[in-house]
Amino acid sequence: MQIYLPIAEMSVNIFLVLGLGGAIGLLSGLFGVGGGFLMTPLLIFIGVPPAVAVGTQAAQTVASSVSGVTAHMRRGNVDFMMGAVLTAGGFVGSGIGVWLFNVLKYAGHIDLTISLGYVTFLGVVGGFMMAESLLGVLRRRPAALALAARGPGRHMWMHGLPFKIRFKRSKLYVSALLPLAIGVLVGLLVAMMGVGGGFLMVPAMIYLLGMPTQVVIGTSLFQITFVTAGTALLQATVNQSVDAVLALLLLVIGVIGAQIGARLSVKVKGEYLRIMLAFIVLAVALRLALDLVIPPSEIFSLGSGDAQ
Amino acid sequence: MRRLLVALFALGFVASARAQDVPLVADLSNHLVAITTGFTGTDVLLFGATNGPGDIVVVVRGPTKQEIVRRKGRFGPIWANADNVTFRDVPTYYRVASSRPLSEFAPETLLASRQIGIDSIRIGGAEETVPAAEMADFRKALVRLKTDDDLYDQGVGDITLMSNRLFRTALHFPANVPTGTYMVEVYLFRDGQITSGEIVPLTISKIGIGADIFDFAHGRFAFLYGLLTIILAGGAGWVAGAVFRRV
Repeated sequence: MQIYLPIAEMSVNIFLVLGLGGAIGLLSGLFGVGGGFLMTPLLIFIGVPPAVAVGTQAAQTVASSVSGVTAHMRRGNVDFMMGAVLTAGGFVGSGIGVWLFNVLKYAGHIDLTISLGYVTFLGVVGGFMMAESLLGVLRRRPAALALAARGPGRHMWMHGLPFKIRFKRSKLYVSALLPLAIGVLVGLLVAMMGVGGGFLMVPAMIYLLGMPTQVVIGTSLFQITFVTAGTALLQATVNQSVDAVLALLLLVIGVIGAQIGARLSVKVKGEYLRIMLAFIVLAVALRLALDLVIPPSEIFSLGSGDAQ
Repeated sequence: MRRLLVALFALGFVASARAQDVPLVADLSNHLVAITTGFTGTDVLLFGATNGPGDIVVVVRGPTKQEIVRRKGRFGPIWANADNVTFRDVPTYYRVASSRPLSEFAPETLLASRQIGIDSIRIGGAEETVPAAEMADFRKALVRLKTDDDLYDQGVGDITLMSNRLFRTALHFPANVPTGTYMVEVYLFRDGQITSGEIVPLTISKIGIGADIFDFAHGRFAFLYGLLTIILAGGAGWVAGAVFRRV
């Protein structure tokens, strides 16, 4: 059964979209990731214009992060002060990102930028995950905790920065500029690549800020909720690139898949989960990289000319 | 039932064509193509009658638009868009149907002046951003890409003729058809001349929920549309979280 997407202006098979939403939802629940980094490229693979894929994915990420952040708030695992600073930075980054997205779109380089961005990030993240989990399996212990145990105090240079704020929940007294900068970078990624940015923010919070691990996930979800919502709002107002029908189709089965995935994840061994995720991430990166390198069968393409 | 109606219509046309000795009459089975939520493309039947033998040519033109054709080039190991050409007044949709190959019955100059046939479309005012010799490549690419998208087509023998009086053809509009006012031109050729011509307008527009969503998202309340989408998405996430906590 085909359904016409009003903003993407194309018709897709409704079961394909529902299935995609469910599958990515399941993965995101299973691995505790947003899933945007897989969904956006997949949407582009099935023919959704990149701008609509990115804008819609931002709206869809709101759904999964809201359901996650409420659970963490109940357990008191959110540092609101830190969350607010990260969000403020996120808004700035997302504003810049939406502007940059438009500039690149009219210059004809947006597809390339998105692909290069994904190849870089997925390659690096997938590579690290693969290396870390393989080591973990070999040594029979989770490598991430071993790294995190080094804790704060390693980065002395950041203590010299001005505008110090006390973050009570994180038991930190650091310059607000650092979380602000992290927020800007994440906001940029949300606007340009349609990802939540958790894969970048979580390591940065642990290794750079030295936040206690139990508040990291909740606080990052707090930031992701507001920044993806703000970005979707901006994309909808400035670029008209948020497809509500597509977003709702993706999240209807997606939210159920995420919950089932979260339950399943308890039963599967963490290291093997991470190896599986690393495989998926690297496969997507490889596919995107090949598309960039293999000589295209058609070197011409049509760009919309009704802009400006 | 529809066929019967069409046949009756056509008979009426023959009668009127005879009575007033109009060389050509034609009409569409539908003057409005509605793009609804379930739209996957549609066929509109064009039918008509002539007062004697001749060749029929049907040209369908969509609204014009500016198009940018980009060409990829190699930068180190990566293929990226290198140069581009902007064409103005490009028909978003163009389809020609004829009973025989155009060159068999129509002189080239006439086809060119009437812009009949894909090679005769005047695509105006391209900005000279590449050497003139390469412009032809870009124009060819534009037509090829449009043809791949099923928006351009030149069909020979797509017109069914009956006893040199009645004719009909199915005009195909794919799912990605642009909205706007289309002109369906019907020509009757005799001895290398256009004996008669008729233009029937056709409207393609979005209708129903999909259209309402599109208008909402592109109108003055785009901000509200975004806000509503986020509230819906956030609400769905919150409900799912709340429901599953109890299961």
